[in-house]
Amino acid sequence: MTAEPIRASSRPQPEDAAGRDRLRLGRLARTGRWLLPAAVLAAAVGLWHWAVTAYDIPHYILPGPLVVATTLIDEFPSLALNWWMTVKVSAVALALAVVAGVGLAVLFTRSRWLEMSLLPYMVVLQVTPIIAIAPLIFIYIDDHVARVLFCAWIVSFFPILSNTVLGLRSADERLRDLMTIYRASGWQRLRHLELPAALPYFLGGLRIAGGLSLIGAVVAEFTMGSGGRAAGLAFRILEASYRMQTPKMFAALLLIVLTGVTIHLAIGLLAHLLLRRWHESALGTEV
Amino acid sequence: MDAPLAAGPGAARAPAGQAGAAARPPLVALEGVDKAYGREPPVLHGLALEVRRGDFLSLLGPSGCGKSTVLRLIADLIRPGRGRIRWADPAAAASLGVVFQDPTLMPWATVADNVWLPLRLRGLSRRTAAPDVAEALAAVGLGGRAAAFPRELSGGMRMRVAIARALVTRPQLILMDEPFAALDEITRFRLNDDLLELRARIGCTVVFVTHSVFESVFLSDRIAVMAARPGRIFGELAVPAPYPRTAAFRASPVYADWCRVASATLAAAMEQGSDDG
Ligand SMILES: Nc1ncnc2c1ncn2[C@@H]1O[C@H](COP(=O)(O)OP(=O)(O)O)[C@@H](O)[C@H]1O
Ligand SMILES: [Mg+2]
Repeated sequence: MTAEPIRASSRPQPEDAAGRDRLRLGRLARTGRWLLPAAVLAAAVGLWHWAVTAYDIPHYILPGPLVVATTLIDEFPSLALNWWMTVKVSAVALALAVVAGVGLAVLFTRSRWLEMSLLPYMVVLQVTPIIAIAPLIFIYIDDHVARVLFCAWIVSFFPILSNTVLGLRSADERLRDLMTIYRASGWQRLRHLELPAALPYFLGGLRIAGGLSLIGAVVAEFTMGSGGRAAGLAFRILEASYRMQTPKMFAALLLIVLTGVTIHLAIGLLAHLLLRRWHESALGTEV
Repeated sequence: MDAPLAAGPGAARAPAGQAGAAARPPLVALEGVDKAYGREPPVLHGLALEVRRGDFLSLLGPSGCGKSTVLRLIADLIRPGRGRIRWADPAAAASLGVVFQDPTLMPWATVADNVWLPLRLRGLSRRTAAPDVAEALAAVGLGGRAAAFPRELSGGMRMRVAIARALVTRPQLILMDEPFAALDEITRFRLNDDLLELRARIGCTVVFVTHSVFESVFLSDRIAVMAARPGRIFGELAVPAPYPRTAAFRASPVYADWCRVASATLAAAMEQGSDDG
């Protein structure tokens, strides 16, 4: 119980061989965290390149990595606008999901009645495939951007709501007692106890929702896509597929993947910065 | 039975020094308190206990006899089923200090911010509260660790933070629920010494729950021994040894005598508890 501080300020220097082995393994694991995926990527791209050249596969079936890369560079000026649209819609949808999810979660913890009345419908919303309601959204919402935004919002809203509800309820029982003893108001309880306790849970939900908002935006465009200034990257993939411009499809896909990975890493970094001093999940992680 | 038991609950009213404690004005009294959780058999039945101003009162009893329940009643976290809790001074009820068995610190806040919490809930800004926070931290010997996070501290240091948090509002009464039970013995002894020294300086009333005979004798001037099923006060002992009590007191024959008396009383209480259960 009275062990030394858990995070010693300097790296421990174990005397024994077993300790040294453990340290070396730790260092290896840390390097492996990025080295191994990088090696897998390099191998996959190499294999891809080799397969395309060895079997002489035509570009419209499977373009090689070099062709995809040059297409991405050549087409970037034209893709950038659509890419920016997708990024914007995903980000705004995610922001709205955070506001609605956290807001509703707080209301649920204030009122059991409200939660009992509404939560089942939130679950219905969650389990209904977005593809299945997209045609309805197409009928009821006129504006193209609003449609895509709505779809992206729907899919990213639930993980934030359910995780935040869980987090708000997870506050330590003794700390709740302490709040009672100090006669804290409902707002003070929320501000000083429940919201901070919910933060790790919320960030877990945000991680899931971040990916989903991008998926929602792309799926919405596939099903209700329209061209013009408001078109996103998904529309360009569709367009390229009609014209058999397979390298361009790959280039747009690559942009979407990079966007998803960036969102994931950004939220991971945010979680690390917010939690590293106190929460187990963020200890020893290095982004 | 022989000497120690005879000297126990019966003789508790006799020794010198008890007169001093009895003359103190009451602070809070539990009168004929019954408490049951749900449909379970009552946890407490007909419990009567008076806490007087300036007491260091230990509640000593086997685990599960209802000691924590008594503290939760005093802290108004739960209401009695029957009987009442009477405060001589309502202001004292409004400013309690409480220390639980676990330090229960907010892991997301620094040591200083944890201690700031009670004042913050009263609307004091960090700046306004800073001198009080610094003073409370210095009082528990943690002046240098204000910026640390709880998980960077040892178990004993975390408990010190919890004590500083309880002190920061300058309460008239501090409730402590087995605060040192989870600590190793050396740390516990140090914290016992420091707690007494601290109390000598600020002079507040303490109700201290423990299941350790040694701890209760070392710390308190009154010991209320509880019996279980249903929980009630089995007997009271006075420990008339004067303060300050230092490590030397722990080695003295008087201390050993009082430990023997308290042990015998506890044993008798446990015997009766199991007869009833
Ligand atoms: N919230 C609760 N609900 C039901 N039973 C409880 C609750 N709290 C305590 N008890 C029961 O009351 C009895 C006394 O508990 P407690 O006051 O914690 O004892 P102690 O602190 O002396 O160990 C125990 O048998 C315990 O199981
Ligand atoms: Mg207890």
